[in-house]
Amino acid sequence: MSTPCLLDATDRALIEATQAGLPLVPDPYGAIAADLGLAAEDVRARMSRMQAAGVIRRIGVVPNHYRLGYRANGMTVWDVDDARVMALGEAVGALPFVSHCYLRPRFPEVWPYNLFAMVHGHDRAEAEAQAAEIRALLGEACRAGEILYSTKILKKTGLRLGRAPAAGQGG
Amino acid sequence: MDTSDLKARLLEVAQRDFPLTPRPYKTLADRLGVAEDAVITAFREMTLDDELISRIGAVYRTGTVGASCLAALAVPENSLEKTAEFVGTFPEVNHNYRRDHPHWTLWFVVTAPDTAGRDAVLDRVEAETGLPLLRLPMVEAYHLDLGFPLR
Repeated sequence: MSTPCLLDATDRALIEATQAGLPLVPDPYGAIAADLGLAAEDVRARMSRMQAAGVIRRIGVVPNHYRLGYRANGMTVWDVDDARVMALGEAVGALPFVSHCYLRPRFPEVWPYNLFAMVHGHDRAEAEAQAAEIRALLGEACRAGEILYSTKILKKTGLRLGRAPAAGQGG
Repeated sequence: MDTSDLKARLLEVAQRDFPLTPRPYKTLADRLGVAEDAVITAFREMTLDDELISRIGAVYRTGTVGASCLAALAVPENSLEKTAEFVGTFPEVNHNYRRDHPHWTLWFVVTAPDTAGRDAVLDRVEAETGLPLLRLPMVEAYHLDLGFPLR
């Protein structure tokens, strides 16, 4: 699990102010600082500290996979042997076409899958080839799997401002 | 470098290590040998017009702040729109997708300041729709989300 990291109220306000994106002005950190009543250097120092602590995974462009031509965005789900899922999860998460990979609980009878990996293909054939690659990597440790494509995005907002800070899409 | 080359280069270089400098767009511009304005304009076009990028900013580690949970509802086809709309009214719901599964058709993420708030939303969705609800909180994250190869 993640290492706990102490965040103060200012860090939390900063997370809230930056998770929807940095403003496209020459001095974006200064603009955020002004909104929060901080100094620009303080904003950069806090972000740098959070990055070093791993609270910020990266700072950069968040691509829109769909618009970049990745039309087949599939949630692949796998029923993987509990004794081996930790090591295999790391391996699946490291595949270049996997954007997110999580261990989640399974519910016997209704939901057998404990490993989730998001794949992105230009079309379904490519996403299916990626799923086949995951399947091969999991080998005998995997009993079953499926791909669930999103067929309609009903609501996709960034994490909203003005509310308590929220985490990424991991859930 | 023309505009489309610049956009492609920016998508490539700015996925990680976006500079934490007083003028980050200028830092990138200097690295690529173009003007600061050109970089800001390219990012603005990619964000607002082309929608090639959803934002430029920090990607926070899942679970750092707040409590979230992936959930799936078994919604019959004929009430999917109505149920999706109802689920979408909760401000704590930040992703709401229809997925093509024979049973679990509506997938969404609930995020609240703490687990009590998160569970209260899930309880309300379950009670008010009267539908089976799967609660799939993250147990472990394996990905590093260090950016995505754009080929």
